Amino acid sequence: MWKAEIRITLKEGVVDPQGKAVEKTLGELGYSQVEQVQIGKYVELVVNTPQRAEADRQVDEICRKVLINPVLEEYTYQLVEVL
Amino acid sequence: MKFAVVAFPGSSCDDYLYVLKEVLKQEAASISHRDTSLQDAQCVILPGGSSYGDYLRPGALASLSPIMDKVREFAKEGGLVLGIGNGFQILLETGLLPGAMLPNSSLRFVCRQQTLKVENANTPFTGCYAQGQIIQMPIAHGQGNYYLDPASLKKLQENNQIVFRYTDEAGNATEEANPNGSVDNIAGIINQGGNVLGMMPHPERSCEAALGSTGGLGLFQSAIEFLAERVKA
Amino acid sequence: MLTPQEIKEKQAWRSMGLKDQEYERICEFLGRLPNYTELGMYSVLWSEHCSYKHSRHLFKLFPTKGERVLIGPGENAGAIDIGDGLAIVMKVESHNHPSAIEPYQGAATGVGGILRDIFTMGARPIASLNSLRFGDPRDENVRRLVRGAVAGIGDYGNATGVPTVGGEISFADCYRGNCLVNAMSVGLVRHELLTRATASGVGNPVMVVGSTTGRDGIHGATFASAEFSEEDEGELPIVQAGDPFTETLLIEACLELIESGVVVGIQDMGAAGLTSSSAEMASKAGSGIEMDLTVVPQRDEGMSSYEIMLSESQERMLVVPKAGAEDQVKAIFEKWGLHAVVVGRVTDDGMLRVFHHGEVAAEVPAKSLSTDGAPSYVPEAKRPEYLDELWSFDFNQLEDLKQEEIQDAFWKLLASPNIVSRRWIWEQFDQHAQLRTLVGPGSDAAVLRLPGTKRGIAITVDCNGRYCYQNPRVGAAQAVAEAARNIYASGGKPIAITDGLNLGNPEKPEIYWQLKETVQGIAEACEALGTPVTGGNVSLYNETDGEAIYPTPIIGMLGLLEDAEKHATIGFKNKGDLILLVGENKDELSGSEFLTVQHGLVAGPGPELDLELEKRNGEFCRSLIEKGLVSSCHDISDGGLAIALAECAMAGKLGARVKLYCPERRDSLLFGESQARYVVSLPEENYDALRGLAEKQGVSISLLGRVEGEEFTVELGEEKVISTRVSEMLDLWSSGLERLLGEE
Repeated sequence: MWKAEIRITLKEGVVDPQGKAVEKTLGELGYSQVEQVQIGKYVELVVNTPQRAEADRQVDEICRKVLINPVLEEYTYQLVEVL
Repeated sequence: MKFAVVAFPGSSCDDYLYVLKEVLKQEAASISHRDTSLQDAQCVILPGGSSYGDYLRPGALASLSPIMDKVREFAKEGGLVLGIGNGFQILLETGLLPGAMLPNSSLRFVCRQQTLKVENANTPFTGCYAQGQIIQMPIAHGQGNYYLDPASLKKLQENNQIVFRYTDEAGNATEEANPNGSVDNIAGIINQGGNVLGMMPHPERSCEAALGSTGGLGLFQSAIEFLAERVKA
Repeated sequence: MLTPQEIKEKQAWRSMGLKDQEYERICEFLGRLPNYTELGMYSVLWSEHCSYKHSRHLFKLFPTKGERVLIGPGENAGAIDIGDGLAIVMKVESHNHPSAIEPYQGAATGVGGILRDIFTMGARPIASLNSLRFGDPRDENVRRLVRGAVAGIGDYGNATGVPTVGGEISFADCYRGNCLVNAMSVGLVRHELLTRATASGVGNPVMVVGSTTGRDGIHGATFASAEFSEEDEGELPIVQAGDPFTETLLIEACLELIESGVVVGIQDMGAAGLTSSSAEMASKAGSGIEMDLTVVPQRDEGMSSYEIMLSESQERMLVVPKAGAEDQVKAIFEKWGLHAVVVGRVTDDGMLRVFHHGEVAAEVPAKSLSTDGAPSYVPEAKRPEYLDELWSFDFNQLEDLKQEEIQDAFWKLLASPNIVSRRWIWEQFDQHAQLRTLVGPGSDAAVLRLPGTKRGIAITVDCNGRYCYQNPRVGAAQAVAEAARNIYASGGKPIAITDGLNLGNPEKPEIYWQLKETVQGIAEACEALGTPVTGGNVSLYNETDGEAIYPTPIIGMLGLLEDAEKHATIGFKNKGDLILLVGENKDELSGSEFLTVQHGLVAGPGPELDLELEKRNGEFCRSLIEKGLVSSCHDISDGGLAIALAECAMAGKLGARVKLYCPERRDSLLFGESQARYVVSLPEENYDALRGLAEKQGVSISLLGRVEGEEFTVELGEEKVISTRVSEMLDLWSSGLERLLGEE
C-alpha cells in the first residue's frame, strides 16, 4: 500500500484572498517581516496496490481529474509505503 | 420536455421548477445527476445551491456526475445550457466555460439585491433585454470571485462573451459595485458558441415583484422565445 | 474503565457533575451499583441541559394550550395549526457553550440541531432566525466570536438551502465571557404528516440513520450545565463539527421516509446522542429498547460503550419504523447515500438494555433516565439586592439634554452598537432560498408567503436583556410584547411562541429568583396576548468567574396573516405621506439605550408595561395594515421615537419633517423607550378613516409630520433640533457594525 501526501497550491498569479487576509492580520500583529502568505490544501489517501508505479499513475490521474482545478491550482505529492 | 433542471445532491431544484412551471407556465422537470439521458430537453438548467456541500471546490464533485457527459454532448450540439450560481461553478469545473471561481474577496458569503448591466443582449438568454439595460437581481454566494488569466480575459472581451457585469445604478462597473472581486466585474459569461451561459446572480429569485425584483424574468422569457423561434425554423 | 465498586470508592460521579444524592438515587433505581457506562448515561441525561432539573417545575406556569396548538411542549418542536390543513413547526435552541469555545462550529451545529428538531416532526424547514449576544464589539476576542458565529450560522444555513430570514443581535459587557447563540427554525407540514418521538410497538425495529458515530462532543450536555472559569480553556471536550451536506441529505431522506408512512417515531440525536434519543423515545411510549452497540456505524476505532452511548456526533437520528419496513427504510436512506442500520428493537419491559461485544453494557429503566426519573429541584429564591439600587435611582438628578445637544446625542445613538444596521450580518445569510421571503431581515418581522394558500406567516425573535436585568418579570413580559409588536407591525396576528431561556447558575438563590420571575413574566404576557408557549429551551449556568449574564429569555413568535400580500414594512414609501405616532410617550428614560450610550447608566425599573394596551395598539396597527390604510409601520424600541423615525427614513430612503410639542423632558420624548408605540405613515386621504378607527378602538394617535424627499428634520417647538439628510444618516448607520467590528 502507498500513502500519497498531496499538496495543492494556487498557481502563480492567481489572487489568494485567504492568504492576503492572513498576511494582513499577521502584519497587524506585528509580524512585519512576513510576506507571501499562501493558503493551499493538503490531501492524504492510500492506494491499496503493491506497485509503486501503479500507485503513482493513479495518484497523478486523481490529482489532475478530481483534486485540482487546473485553471487555478497545481500540485505535488510524495508516496510513502505503508505496511 | 422543454426545460430540464439537473438535481445534484444539495441543489435547490424546487425553486427553478416553481418559477418555470408556476410563474412562466412552462413544461419543466428535474433530472437526476445519476441519469444518463437528458430525454428530450431543449434547455438544460444547472441550478444553484450547494451541490455536494461545496466540498473540495464548489461545483467540482458535481462536474464529475454521469449526467455531465450528456450535458457536454448536448452543449456541443448547440443545446441551450444555463448555469446559475452553483450551476455556473459546475460549468467552469466542467470546462464548458473558461475561468474559475475564487472565494469572494471579502471572504464572506454575500446575499443582497445587486444591480447588473446587460452587456450583450444578443444571446438566446438575453434577447428580451435592451443592450446596456440596468436590471436588479439577488446574489447569494460565497465563491463568486470570477478569475481568468489576462490573455483569456482579453479574448472573452473581444468575442463579446461577457453577458452581465456588476455595476452601480448608473451602469458603471466600479470597484464599489463589485460584490465579490470578480475580474472586470464579470457576473455572467457565455461560451463562444453562444449557447452556454453561466452567471452568479439568481434570475429565478427575481421573477415576481412580491419577492423584491423582476430583473430575472427577461432571462427566462428570452430563452422561451428563442426556443419557440428555433422550433419554427 | 472503573468497576462499579471503584466508582463508589473513588466517588467518580462527582467529576461527571452528579451530586452525592443523585448517585444514591441511581443506585435505588437500579437496585445495585451502576457501572461506568450507566453512570455516564445518567450524568448526561440528569444534567440541567437535558433534564431541566432546576427549571422544569416552573414550566407548568406557561399557558400551553390553544385552539391552534397541535403539539405543545415535550416533543422535538411545537406545532401550530395555520389553516388549510397546514401546520407550522417551530423551536428555539441555544448553543451558547459550544459557541464560546469554537464559535464557527458551535453556531453551525446549533443551526443543524434546530433544523433536525423541525424535520423530525415531519416538517420541511422553511426559515431560520437567530438571536445573538456578545460583549463590546470593539474587544478583539468578541470580534473573533462574532465573526465565527455569524459565518458558522451562515455557512450551515446557506449550504442546507434553508433561508435565514431574520434575527437580532445585541452587545453588552455581561456577555463578554458568555456569548449567547440561539437559533430558531420554522418548518411547514401538512397535519397528517406530523410525527412524534416515540418508540411504541413491541418488536418494532430501532434504527440509527444518517452519519457515523465518533468521539466528538462527548459530555457536551454536562459541559453546557457548568460554569466557566478562566482555567477551563485548557481541558475542553472535542467540539462537534457540522456537516451541512449530510444534513441536506438527511432532511430529504427523513421527509421521504415520513411521507412513506412507515415511521412510528423518530428522534434527533442531539445532546447525549444515543442515550437521550433512546431513553426519551422509550420513556414516552412506556416501552423499553434493546440495542447492540457493536453494529452502530462508527468513524473512530475501538470506541467503548460509554463513548458510543454519549457521542454527540452530528447529523444522526434514531428511527423506529413499523416491523417489516426495515428494507424500505434502508432503501430510502441508501438513495440519499446515508446509513440506516437496525441496532435493536422495542421491548415491553421498560428497560433500556445495551449490548456491546456480546455483553450487557448497560441496563437501566428508560423512564429513570428521562425527566420522569431525573431529580427535580426547587432551589432557594432570593430577590437580588442590586434591584434596590437600580430602582432607587432618581431621574430628576439627571440633567435633560439642551436643545443644542440633541443633534450630537442623536448621532452618537445612531452609531452605537445596538442601533447601527445589522446589514453586515444578514448579508452573510441566504435570505431568499425557497422563494417564500416577502420581507427579510431589516424590517420588524420576517414575512413569508406559503404557496398553495393565500395565508402568510410573520416570524421574529426578540428580547431586551437589559430590561430583564432591571426587572426580570416585567422584562420577560416585555420580550413577549416586543415580539408581538414586531408581528403586529408587519401585519400579522400573534398566535404562538417558543422560548429560549438563557440565565446564570440557578443554584444561586438570586439567579433562581430571576428564573422564576422570568417564567412568570412570559406566562403573564402569553396569557394576555393569546400566544401559547409551544416549546423551548433552557440554557443555565451562563456565568464566567461568578458573573452571570443578564437574564435573556429569547422569544420566538409566530404570527399569521390571512392574506400574505397585506403586510407592511418599516420604510417610508411616498413623499407627502403623513407620519403618525400610535400610542403615548410616558416620559420615561429607564432602561433606554440612550441612558446607556449617553450617560453610561443602567438605572430604574425599566419602562412600564401594560399588556392590555399592547394588545389594543397592536391590533389597531394590524387592522390598519389589513385594511390597506398605511404605507409603512414600525414599532418603537431601542433608541425611542427619534431612532424609529430615522429607521423608517433610511429603510425607505425618504426623509421626514417632524414637529413635536411641549415635552416634559426633551431626552425622554426623543429617546425614551415607552412601550406599545408605533410609527405609521399613510396617504393623507386615509387619515380620516384612521382617526375614526382610533377613536372607536380607544387608541391614542398623534400627528407627527410628513414624509419628505431627502431632508430629515425634527423640530421641538419652533426649533430644529435634528437636521440632516437621509444619505448622511445612511453613511453613518449602514456600515456602522463593520466599523465597530474592525471589518471595513
